[in-house]
Amino acid sequence: MRDRPLILGGLIVFLALVTFPVWYNAAAGTSSRPPQLKLPAGQKECVAPVAFMKTSHMQLLIDWREGAVRNNVRTFTAYNGKTYNVSLTNTCLDCHGVQARAGQADFCGRCHDYAGVTPKCWNCHNDRPRN
Amino acid sequence: MTRKGFLGVTGISAAVLAARKLRSVFAASGPAASPPVRWAMVIDTQKCLKKAGCIDCIAACHKVHNVPEIKDRAHEIKWVWKEPFKQAFPAQETAYTEEAYKGKPFPVLCNHCDNPPCVRVCPTKATWKREDGLVMMDWHRCIGCRYCMAACPYGSRSFNWVDPRPHLRRIDIEFPTRTKGVVEKCTFCAERLARGQAPACVQACKEQKALVFGNLADPDSDVSRLVRSRFTLRRKPGLGTNPEVYYIIG
Ligand code: HEC
Ligand code: HEC
Ligand code: HEC
Repeated sequence: MRDRPLILGGLIVFLALVTFPVWYNAAAGTSSRPPQLKLPAGQKECVAPVAFMKTSHMQLLIDWREGAVRNNVRTFTAYNGKTYNVSLTNTCLDCHGVQARAGQADFCGRCHDYAGVTPKCWNCHNDRPRN
Repeated sequence: MTRKGFLGVTGISAAVLAARKLRSVFAASGPAASPPVRWAMVIDTQKCLKKAGCIDCIAACHKVHNVPEIKDRAHEIKWVWKEPFKQAFPAQETAYTEEAYKGKPFPVLCNHCDNPPCVRVCPTKATWKREDGLVMMDWHRCIGCRYCMAACPYGSRSFNWVDPRPHLRRIDIEFPTRTKGVVEKCTFCAERLARGQAPACVQACKEQKALVFGNLADPDSDVSRLVRSRFTLRRKPGLGTNPEVYYIIG
Protein backbone atom coordinates (compact mmCIF):
# COMPACT_ATOMS: atom_id res chain seq x y z
CA MET A 1 0.00 0.00 0.00
CA ARG A 2 2.92 2.24 0.53
CA ASP A 3 3.52 2.23 -3.25
CA ARG A 4 0.24 3.97 -3.99
CA PRO A 5 1.72 7.44 -4.80
CA LEU A 6 4.32 5.79 -6.97
CA ILE A 7 1.76 3.73 -8.90
CA LEU A 8 -0.62 6.67 -9.29
CA GLY A 9 2.19 8.95 -10.37
CA GLY A 10 3.40 6.37 -12.86
CA LEU A 11 -0.12 5.93 -14.20
CA ILE A 12 -0.51 9.68 -14.70
CA VAL A 13 2.79 9.94 -16.55
CA PHE A 14 1.82 6.92 -18.63
CA LEU A 15 -1.58 8.37 -19.54
CA ALA A 16 -0.06 11.73 -20.37
CA LEU A 17 2.46 10.11 -22.68
CA VAL A 18 -0.10 7.88 -24.38
CA THR A 19 -2.52 10.72 -25.00
CA PHE A 20 0.25 13.14 -25.97
CA PRO A 21 -0.63 13.15 -29.72
CA VAL A 22 -4.18 14.22 -28.91
CA TRP A 23 -3.05 17.13 -26.70
CA TYR A 24 -0.36 18.09 -29.14
CA ASN A 25 -2.80 18.31 -32.05
CA ALA A 26 -5.34 20.18 -29.95
CA ALA A 27 -2.69 22.70 -28.95
CA ALA A 28 -1.36 23.07 -32.50
CA GLY A 29 -4.87 23.54 -33.85
CA THR A 30 -4.65 20.67 -36.31
CA SER A 31 -7.22 17.94 -36.40
CA SER A 32 -7.75 14.56 -37.94
CA ARG A 33 -11.05 15.65 -39.39
CA PRO A 34 -11.01 15.90 -43.19
CA PRO A 35 -10.79 19.44 -44.58
CA GLN A 36 -14.01 21.36 -45.14
CA LEU A 37 -14.05 21.73 -48.91
CA LYS A 38 -15.99 24.61 -50.38
CA LEU A 39 -17.79 23.04 -53.33
CA PRO A 40 -18.77 25.26 -56.25
CA ALA A 41 -22.15 26.84 -55.68
CA GLY A 42 -24.85 25.88 -58.13
CA GLN A 43 -22.80 23.08 -59.71
CA LYS A 44 -23.58 19.42 -59.28
CA GLU A 45 -21.06 17.53 -61.34
CA CYS A 46 -17.34 17.55 -61.85
CA VAL A 47 -15.64 16.70 -65.15
CA ALA A 48 -15.52 13.05 -64.07
CA PRO A 49 -17.38 11.01 -61.41
CA VAL A 50 -16.46 12.34 -57.98
CA ALA A 51 -14.93 9.04 -56.80
CA PHE A 52 -12.58 9.13 -59.76
CA MET A 53 -11.74 12.78 -59.14
CA LYS A 54 -10.88 12.06 -55.51
CA THR A 55 -8.35 9.41 -56.40
CA SER A 56 -7.14 10.37 -59.86
CA HIS A 57 -7.53 14.10 -60.51
CA MET A 58 -3.73 14.45 -60.79
CA GLN A 59 -3.64 11.82 -63.52
CA LEU A 60 -6.51 13.49 -65.33
CA LEU A 61 -4.63 16.80 -65.18
CA ILE A 62 -1.51 15.20 -66.63
CA ASP A 63 -3.62 13.73 -69.45
CA TRP A 64 -5.12 17.15 -70.07
CA ARG A 65 -1.70 18.73 -70.09
CA GLU A 66 -0.16 16.22 -72.50
CA GLY A 67 -3.26 16.41 -74.67
CA ALA A 68 -3.35 20.19 -74.92
CA VAL A 69 0.33 20.98 -75.14
CA ARG A 70 1.73 18.03 -77.02
CA ASN A 71 -1.19 16.75 -79.09
CA ASN A 72 -3.21 19.94 -79.53
CA VAL A 73 -6.35 18.34 -78.06
CA ARG A 74 -8.00 21.24 -76.33
CA THR A 75 -11.54 20.01 -75.74
CA PHE A 76 -12.54 17.23 -73.38
CA THR A 77 -15.75 15.24 -73.62
CA ALA A 78 -16.82 14.20 -70.14
CA TYR A 79 -18.54 10.98 -69.07
CA ASN A 80 -21.88 12.80 -69.06
CA GLY A 81 -21.45 14.04 -72.63
CA LYS A 82 -20.62 17.64 -71.68
CA THR A 83 -17.58 19.16 -73.34
CA TYR A 84 -15.02 21.22 -71.50
CA ASN A 85 -12.18 23.46 -72.57
CA VAL A 86 -8.94 21.73 -71.51
CA SER A 87 -7.46 24.20 -69.06
CA LEU A 88 -6.37 24.15 -65.46
CA THR A 89 -7.09 27.80 -64.73
CA ASN A 90 -9.87 28.45 -67.19
CA THR A 91 -11.87 25.29 -66.46
CA CYS A 92 -11.03 23.65 -63.10
CA LEU A 93 -10.50 26.91 -61.25
CA ASP A 94 -13.31 28.67 -63.06
CA CYS A 95 -15.59 26.29 -61.20
CA HIS A 96 -13.59 25.54 -58.05
CA GLY A 97 -12.50 29.09 -57.21
CA VAL A 98 -9.40 30.62 -55.69
CA GLN A 99 -6.62 28.15 -54.88
CA ALA A 100 -3.10 29.38 -55.05
CA ARG A 101 -2.96 32.11 -52.42
CA ALA A 102 -1.56 30.74 -49.18
CA GLY A 103 -4.19 30.14 -46.54
CA GLN A 104 -7.05 31.35 -48.73
CA ALA A 105 -7.77 28.35 -50.86
CA ASP A 106 -11.38 27.27 -51.30
CA PHE A 107 -10.75 23.82 -52.55
CA CYS A 108 -7.59 22.33 -54.08
CA GLY A 109 -5.28 24.09 -51.64
CA ARG A 110 -7.40 23.23 -48.61
CA CYS A 111 -7.16 19.55 -49.33
CA HIS A 112 -3.53 19.71 -50.39
CA ASP A 113 -2.54 21.50 -47.17
CA TYR A 114 -4.24 18.76 -45.23
CA ALA A 115 -2.64 16.02 -47.32
CA GLY A 116 0.77 17.70 -47.34
CA VAL A 117 0.91 17.99 -51.13
CA THR A 118 2.45 21.03 -52.81
CA PRO A 119 1.91 20.93 -56.58
CA LYS A 120 4.20 23.35 -58.40
CA CYS A 121 1.60 24.15 -61.01
CA TRP A 122 0.78 27.49 -59.36
CA ASN A 123 4.25 28.81 -60.08
CA CYS A 124 2.97 29.32 -63.60
CA HIS A 125 -0.75 28.62 -63.75
CA ASN A 126 -2.67 31.63 -62.58
CA ASP A 127 -5.21 31.83 -59.85
CA ARG A 128 -8.72 33.16 -60.24
CA PRO A 129 -9.38 36.61 -58.84
CA ARG A 130 -11.77 36.50 -55.88
CA ASN A 131 -15.05 38.20 -56.68
CA MET B 1 -11.81 -35.67 -83.78
CA THR B 2 -8.93 -36.90 -85.87
CA ARG B 3 -5.52 -35.38 -85.66
CA LYS B 4 -5.87 -34.09 -89.20
CA GLY B 5 -9.25 -32.55 -88.45
CA PHE B 6 -7.91 -30.83 -85.33
CA LEU B 7 -4.96 -29.34 -87.20
CA GLY B 8 -7.33 -28.15 -89.93
CA VAL B 9 -9.63 -26.36 -87.48
CA THR B 10 -6.75 -24.67 -85.62
CA GLY B 11 -5.20 -23.59 -88.90
CA ILE B 12 -8.41 -22.01 -90.17
CA SER B 13 -9.07 -20.24 -86.84
CA ALA B 14 -5.56 -18.81 -86.83
CA ALA B 15 -6.01 -17.56 -90.40
CA VAL B 16 -9.34 -15.92 -89.52
CA LEU B 17 -7.81 -14.20 -86.46
CA ALA B 18 -4.85 -12.98 -88.50
CA ALA B 19 -7.16 -11.64 -91.21
CA ARG B 20 -9.20 -9.72 -88.61
CA LYS B 21 -6.08 -8.20 -87.14
CA LEU B 22 -4.85 -7.17 -90.57
CA ARG B 23 -8.19 -5.58 -91.38
CA SER B 24 -8.11 -3.50 -88.21
CA VAL B 25 -4.57 -2.40 -89.05
CA PHE B 26 -5.64 -1.25 -92.50
CA ALA B 27 -8.82 0.32 -91.20
CA ALA B 28 -6.76 2.41 -88.77
CA SER B 29 -4.85 3.97 -91.64
CA GLY B 30 -8.05 4.10 -93.67
CA PRO B 31 -9.70 7.53 -93.24
CA ALA B 32 -8.39 10.17 -95.61
CA ALA B 33 -5.69 12.29 -93.92
CA SER B 34 -6.69 15.91 -93.34
CA PRO B 35 -5.20 18.36 -95.83
CA PRO B 36 -1.60 19.31 -95.01
CA VAL B 37 -0.96 22.45 -92.99
CA ARG B 38 2.26 24.46 -92.89
CA TRP B 39 1.86 27.62 -90.84
CA ALA B 40 3.99 30.52 -92.04
CA MET B 41 4.16 34.28 -91.83
CA VAL B 42 4.91 36.97 -94.40
CA ILE B 43 6.00 40.38 -93.13
CA ASP B 44 5.58 43.30 -95.51
CA THR B 45 8.28 45.57 -94.17
CA GLN B 46 7.23 48.54 -96.31
CA LYS B 47 3.81 48.53 -94.68
CA CYS B 48 5.40 47.98 -91.30
CA LEU B 49 7.87 50.85 -91.65
CA LYS B 50 5.13 53.22 -92.76
CA LYS B 51 3.90 53.44 -89.19
CA ALA B 52 7.10 54.61 -87.53
CA GLY B 53 7.55 53.61 -83.92
CA CYS B 54 4.57 51.26 -83.92
CA ILE B 55 4.89 48.39 -81.45
CA ASP B 56 1.29 47.13 -81.56
CA CYS B 57 2.32 43.57 -82.46
CA ILE B 58 4.85 43.36 -79.65
CA ALA B 59 2.49 44.85 -77.11
CA ALA B 60 -0.35 42.50 -78.08
CA CYS B 61 1.84 39.40 -77.97
CA HIS B 62 3.48 40.25 -74.71
CA LYS B 63 0.16 41.10 -73.12
CA VAL B 64 -1.68 37.88 -73.93
CA HIS B 65 1.30 35.70 -73.08
CA ASN B 66 2.33 37.44 -69.88
CA VAL B 67 5.80 38.28 -71.17
CA PRO B 68 7.48 40.39 -68.47
CA GLU B 69 9.09 43.73 -69.12
CA ILE B 70 12.55 43.54 -67.57
CA LYS B 71 14.76 46.55 -68.12
CA ASP B 72 18.04 44.73 -67.45
CA ARG B 73 19.09 43.51 -70.90
CA ALA B 74 20.80 40.47 -69.45
CA HIS B 75 17.44 39.26 -68.09
CA GLU B 76 15.03 40.52 -70.74
CA ILE B 77 12.36 38.22 -72.21
CA LYS B 78 11.11 38.71 -75.76
CA TRP B 79 8.80 36.85 -78.11
CA VAL B 80 8.51 39.53 -80.79
CA TRP B 81 10.95 42.40 -80.96
CA LYS B 82 12.72 44.70 -83.44
CA GLU B 83 16.18 44.54 -84.92
CA PRO B 84 18.06 46.94 -87.22
CA PHE B 85 18.54 45.72 -90.82
CA LYS B 86 22.14 44.79 -90.15
CA GLN B 87 21.18 42.34 -87.41
CA ALA B 88 18.07 41.05 -89.09
CA PHE B 89 19.68 40.36 -92.49
CA PRO B 90 23.46 40.28 -92.05
CA ALA B 91 23.98 38.47 -95.38
CA GLN B 92 22.18 41.24 -97.28
CA GLU B 93 24.19 44.08 -95.79
CA THR B 94 25.96 46.43 -98.20
CA ALA B 95 27.92 49.62 -97.55
CA TYR B 96 24.65 51.54 -98.04
CA THR B 97 22.05 49.56 -96.13
CA GLU B 98 23.10 51.12 -92.86
CA GLU B 99 22.18 54.54 -94.21
CA ALA B 100 19.13 53.33 -96.13
CA TYR B 101 17.55 51.65 -93.13
CA LYS B 102 18.80 53.97 -90.43
CA GLY B 103 16.29 54.06 -87.59
CA LYS B 104 14.07 51.54 -89.33
CA PRO B 105 13.87 48.43 -87.20
CA PHE B 106 12.38 45.18 -88.51
CA PRO B 107 10.01 43.02 -86.49
CA VAL B 108 11.54 39.62 -85.73
CA LEU B 109 10.27 36.53 -83.94
CA CYS B 110 10.79 32.79 -83.87
CA ASN B 111 11.10 31.67 -87.49
CA HIS B 112 9.44 28.28 -86.89
CA CYS B 113 12.14 26.75 -89.04
CA ASP B 114 11.58 23.71 -91.17
CA ASN B 115 14.91 22.41 -89.92
CA PRO B 116 14.99 23.79 -86.39
CA PRO B 117 18.39 23.49 -84.68
CA CYS B 118 16.83 24.14 -81.26
CA VAL B 119 14.77 20.96 -81.61
CA ARG B 120 17.79 18.88 -82.49
CA VAL B 121 19.63 19.82 -79.32
CA CYS B 122 16.79 19.73 -76.79
CA PRO B 123 17.51 16.78 -74.48
CA THR B 124 13.94 16.46 -73.12
CA LYS B 125 11.86 17.13 -76.25
CA ALA B 126 10.51 20.19 -74.47
CA THR B 127 10.69 21.88 -77.86
CA TRP B 128 9.71 19.99 -80.97
CA LYS B 129 8.34 20.53 -84.45
CA ARG B 130 4.65 19.82 -84.87
CA GLU B 131 3.31 18.30 -88.06
CA ASP B 132 1.86 21.66 -89.05
CA GLY B 133 5.34 23.17 -88.83
CA LEU B 134 4.97 24.98 -85.53
CA VAL B 135 8.06 24.80 -83.35
CA MET B 136 6.26 24.23 -80.07
CA MET B 137 7.33 24.67 -76.45
CA ASP B 138 6.33 22.37 -73.61
CA TRP B 139 7.13 24.37 -70.49
CA HIS B 140 6.42 21.36 -68.31
CA ARG B 141 9.38 19.53 -69.75
CA CYS B 142 11.87 22.38 -69.97
CA ILE B 143 14.76 21.83 -67.58
CA GLY B 144 16.42 25.15 -68.37
CA CYS B 145 19.60 23.76 -69.90
CA ARG B 146 19.59 26.50 -72.58
CA TYR B 147 21.04 24.31 -75.33
CA CYS B 148 18.24 25.59 -77.55
CA MET B 149 19.33 29.17 -76.95
CA ALA B 150 22.84 28.30 -77.98
CA ALA B 151 21.54 26.53 -81.09
CA CYS B 152 19.12 29.21 -82.29
CA PRO B 153 20.92 31.57 -84.69
CA TYR B 154 18.18 34.20 -84.38
CA GLY B 155 18.20 34.83 -80.64
CA SER B 156 14.51 33.94 -80.57
CA ARG B 157 14.68 32.31 -77.17
CA SER B 158 14.85 33.92 -73.75
CA PHE B 159 15.70 32.41 -70.41
CA ASN B 160 13.95 33.29 -67.18
CA TRP B 161 16.86 34.26 -64.96
CA VAL B 162 14.45 35.68 -62.42
CA ASP B 163 10.84 35.02 -61.43
CA PRO B 164 8.86 36.85 -64.13
CA ARG B 165 5.76 37.53 -62.03
CA PRO B 166 7.00 40.62 -60.16
CA HIS B 167 7.89 42.15 -63.56
CA LEU B 168 4.38 41.81 -64.98
CA ARG B 169 2.35 44.94 -64.71
CA ARG B 170 -0.83 43.00 -65.35
CA ILE B 171 -1.33 39.23 -65.47
CA ASP B 172 -3.70 37.82 -68.05
CA ILE B 173 -4.98 34.82 -66.11
CA GLU B 174 -6.02 32.95 -69.25
CA PHE B 175 -2.41 32.11 -70.13
CA PRO B 176 0.05 30.70 -67.60
CA THR B 177 3.11 32.73 -66.72
CA ARG B 178 6.47 31.02 -66.69
CA THR B 179 8.77 30.54 -63.76
CA LYS B 180 12.43 31.07 -63.03
CA GLY B 181 14.58 28.53 -64.85
CA VAL B 182 12.67 27.86 -68.07
CA VAL B 183 13.23 29.05 -71.64
CA GLU B 184 10.45 30.67 -73.63
CA LYS B 185 9.70 31.91 -77.13
CA CYS B 186 6.93 32.60 -79.63
CA THR B 187 4.71 29.59 -80.41
CA PHE B 188 2.80 31.21 -83.32
CA CYS B 189 0.00 31.37 -80.74
CA ALA B 190 -0.69 27.63 -80.65
CA GLU B 191 -3.45 28.23 -78.11
CA ARG B 192 -5.20 30.76 -80.37
CA LEU B 193 -4.78 28.69 -83.55
CA ALA B 194 -6.50 25.83 -81.70
CA ARG B 195 -9.52 28.12 -81.26
CA GLY B 196 -9.41 29.16 -84.92
CA GLN B 197 -8.03 32.64 -84.17
CA ALA B 198 -5.09 34.34 -85.86
CA PRO B 199 -1.93 34.96 -83.83
CA ALA B 200 -2.20 37.94 -81.49
CA CYS B 201 0.45 39.98 -83.38
CA VAL B 202 -1.37 39.49 -86.71
CA GLN B 203 -4.65 40.46 -85.07
CA ALA B 204 -3.03 43.60 -83.66
CA CYS B 205 -1.72 44.58 -87.11
CA LYS B 206 -5.00 44.14 -88.93
CA GLU B 207 -5.23 47.75 -90.03
CA GLN B 208 -1.69 48.00 -91.35
CA LYS B 209 -1.79 44.41 -92.62
CA ALA B 210 2.00 44.19 -92.46
CA LEU B 211 1.84 40.75 -90.86
CA VAL B 212 0.15 38.02 -92.90
CA PHE B 213 -0.29 34.58 -91.44
CA GLY B 214 -1.56 31.41 -93.05
CA ASN B 215 -1.12 27.97 -94.45
CA LEU B 216 1.72 27.69 -96.93
CA ALA B 217 0.59 24.19 -97.90
CA ASP B 218 -2.61 25.69 -99.29
CA PRO B 219 -1.80 27.29 -102.68
CA ASP B 220 -4.76 29.67 -102.37
CA SER B 221 -3.85 31.11 -98.98
CA ASP B 222 -2.73 34.73 -98.66
CA VAL B 223 0.77 33.73 -97.58
CA SER B 224 1.17 31.36 -100.54
CA ARG B 225 0.05 34.05 -102.97
CA LEU B 226 2.42 36.58 -101.46
CA VAL B 227 5.52 34.38 -101.50
CA ARG B 228 4.77 33.43 -105.10
CA SER B 229 4.14 36.96 -106.35
CA ARG B 230 6.64 39.02 -104.35
CA PHE B 231 10.37 38.82 -103.79
CA THR B 232 10.98 37.78 -100.21
CA LEU B 233 13.96 37.34 -97.91
CA ARG B 234 14.40 35.00 -95.02
CA ARG B 235 16.76 35.57 -92.12
CA LYS B 236 20.20 33.95 -92.43
CA PRO B 237 19.16 31.48 -95.15
CA GLY B 238 22.74 30.22 -95.52
CA LEU B 239 22.49 28.36 -92.25
CA GLY B 240 20.07 25.83 -93.69
CA THR B 241 17.43 26.25 -91.01
CA ASN B 242 14.72 27.04 -93.59
CA PRO B 243 12.86 29.81 -91.75
CA GLU B 244 9.13 30.05 -92.34
CA VAL B 245 8.90 33.79 -91.73
CA TYR B 246 9.27 35.65 -95.03
CA TYR B 247 10.10 39.34 -95.40
CA ILE B 248 9.00 41.51 -98.30
CA ILE B 249 11.64 44.23 -98.33
CA GLY B 250 10.93 46.52 -101.30
C1 HEC C 1 6.99 26.44 -65.99
C2 HEC C 1 5.65 26.86 -65.94
C3 HEC C 1 4.57 25.78 -65.77
C4 HEC C 1 4.40 24.90 -64.73
C5 HEC C 1 5.24 24.73 -63.47
C6 HEC C 1 3.20 24.15 -65.05
N1 HEC C 1 2.68 24.58 -66.24
FE1 HEC C 1 1.08 23.80 -67.18
N2 HEC C 1 1.36 25.10 -68.74
C7 HEC C 1 2.33 26.09 -68.79
C8 HEC C 1 2.14 26.88 -69.97
C9 HEC C 1 2.97 28.11 -70.37
C10 HEC C 1 1.03 26.33 -70.65
C11 HEC C 1 0.36 26.88 -71.89
C12 HEC C 1 0.57 26.09 -73.12
C13 HEC C 1 -0.45 26.44 -74.16
O1 HEC C 1 -1.58 26.84 -73.83
O2 HEC C 1 -0.10 26.26 -75.30
C14 HEC C 1 0.56 25.21 -69.84
C15 HEC C 1 -0.52 24.40 -70.16
C16 HEC C 1 -1.09 23.47 -69.32
C17 HEC C 1 -2.33 22.78 -69.57
C18 HEC C 1 -3.23 22.96 -70.77
C19 HEC C 1 -3.71 24.35 -71.03
C20 HEC C 1 -4.16 25.18 -69.85
O3 HEC C 1 -4.45 26.37 -70.06
O4 HEC C 1 -4.26 24.69 -68.72
C21 HEC C 1 -2.57 21.96 -68.49
C22 HEC C 1 -3.79 21.06 -68.26
C23 HEC C 1 -1.47 22.12 -67.59
N3 HEC C 1 -0.57 23.04 -68.12
C24 HEC C 1 -1.35 21.46 -66.39
C25 HEC C 1 -0.32 21.67 -65.49
C26 HEC C 1 -0.23 20.98 -64.21
C27 HEC C 1 -1.23 19.97 -63.68
C28 HEC C 1 0.89 21.45 -63.60
C29 HEC C 1 1.46 21.05 -62.24
C30 HEC C 1 1.71 19.66 -62.03
C31 HEC C 1 1.51 22.42 -64.50
N4 HEC C 1 0.75 22.52 -65.63
C32 HEC C 1 2.68 23.14 -64.24
C33 HEC C 1 3.30 26.32 -67.86
C34 HEC C 1 3.49 25.58 -66.70
C1 HEC D 1 -18.43 22.78 -63.81
C2 HEC D 1 -17.81 22.81 -62.52
C3 HEC D 1 -16.58 21.95 -62.28
C4 HEC D 1 -15.44 21.88 -63.02
C5 HEC D 1 -15.14 22.56 -64.36
C6 HEC D 1 -14.53 21.01 -62.30
N1 HEC D 1 -15.14 20.57 -61.17
FE1 HEC D 1 -14.30 19.36 -59.75
N2 HEC D 1 -16.08 19.22 -58.80
C7 HEC D 1 -17.21 19.96 -59.11
C8 HEC D 1 -18.28 19.59 -58.18
C9 HEC D 1 -19.70 20.18 -58.19
C10 HEC D 1 -17.75 18.61 -57.32
C11 HEC D 1 -18.47 17.87 -56.19
C12 HEC D 1 -19.18 16.68 -56.81
C13 HEC D 1 -19.87 15.81 -55.80
O1 HEC D 1 -19.61 15.99 -54.60
O2 HEC D 1 -20.64 14.97 -56.26
C14 HEC D 1 -16.36 18.41 -57.72
C15 HEC D 1 -15.49 17.52 -57.11
C16 HEC D 1 -14.11 17.49 -57.35
C17 HEC D 1 -13.15 16.71 -56.58
C18 HEC D 1 -13.46 15.79 -55.41
C19 HEC D 1 -13.63 16.58 -54.15
C20 HEC D 1 -14.04 15.74 -52.97
O3 HEC D 1 -15.21 15.79 -52.62
O4 HEC D 1 -13.18 15.06 -52.43
C21 HEC D 1 -11.92 16.97 -57.10
C22 HEC D 1 -10.58 16.44 -56.62
C23 HEC D 1 -12.12 17.89 -58.22
N3 HEC D 1 -13.46 18.18 -58.32
C24 HEC D 1 -11.10 18.37 -59.03
C25 HEC D 1 -11.32 19.01 -60.23
C26 HEC D 1 -10.31 19.24 -61.24
C27 HEC D 1 -8.85 18.85 -61.11
C28 HEC D 1 -10.92 19.87 -62.28
C29 HEC D 1 -10.33 20.24 -63.63
C30 HEC D 1 -9.77 19.15 -64.37
C31 HEC D 1 -12.31 20.07 -61.93
N4 HEC D 1 -12.51 19.54 -60.68
C32 HEC D 1 -13.24 20.72 -62.73
C33 HEC D 1 -17.33 20.88 -60.13
C34 HEC D 1 -16.40 21.10 -61.11
C1 HEC E 1 -9.98 15.67 -51.62
C2 HEC E 1 -8.66 16.22 -51.55
C3 HEC E 1 -8.10 16.88 -52.79
C4 HEC E 1 -8.68 17.89 -53.54
C5 HEC E 1 -10.01 18.56 -53.33
C6 HEC E 1 -7.73 18.19 -54.59
N1 HEC E 1 -6.62 17.42 -54.47
FE1 HEC E 1 -5.01 17.38 -55.72
N2 HEC E 1 -4.17 15.92 -54.64
C7 HEC E 1 -4.69 15.36 -53.49
C8 HEC E 1 -3.77 14.36 -52.97
C9 HEC E 1 -3.99 13.52 -51.72
C10 HEC E 1 -2.66 14.35 -53.84
C11 HEC E 1 -1.37 13.53 -53.73
C12 HEC E 1 -1.57 12.20 -54.37
C13 HEC E 1 -0.29 11.42 -54.46
O1 HEC E 1 0.78 11.99 -54.24
O2 HEC E 1 -0.41 10.25 -54.77
C14 HEC E 1 -2.95 15.33 -54.88
C15 HEC E 1 -2.10 15.61 -55.94
C16 HEC E 1 -2.33 16.56 -56.89
C17 HEC E 1 -1.43 16.86 -57.97
C18 HEC E 1 -0.10 16.19 -58.23
C19 HEC E 1 0.94 16.85 -57.37
C20 HEC E 1 2.32 16.42 -57.63
O3 HEC E 1 3.22 17.06 -57.06
O4 HEC E 1 2.51 15.45 -58.35
C21 HEC E 1 -2.00 17.86 -58.71
C22 HEC E 1 -1.42 18.52 -59.95
C23 HEC E 1 -3.26 18.18 -58.07
N3 HEC E 1 -3.43 17.39 -56.97
C24 HEC E 1 -4.12 19.17 -58.54
C25 HEC E 1 -5.32 19.49 -57.93
C26 HEC E 1 -6.20 20.55 -58.36
C27 HEC E 1 -5.92 21.48 -59.53
C28 HEC E 1 -7.26 20.55 -57.51
C29 HEC E 1 -8.46 21.50 -57.50
C30 HEC E 1 -9.18 21.70 -58.73
C31 HEC E 1 -7.07 19.48 -56.56
N4 HEC E 1 -5.88 18.87 -56.84
C32 HEC E 1 -7.95 19.18 -55.55
C33 HEC E 1 -5.90 15.66 -52.92
C34 HEC E 1 -6.80 16.59 -53.37
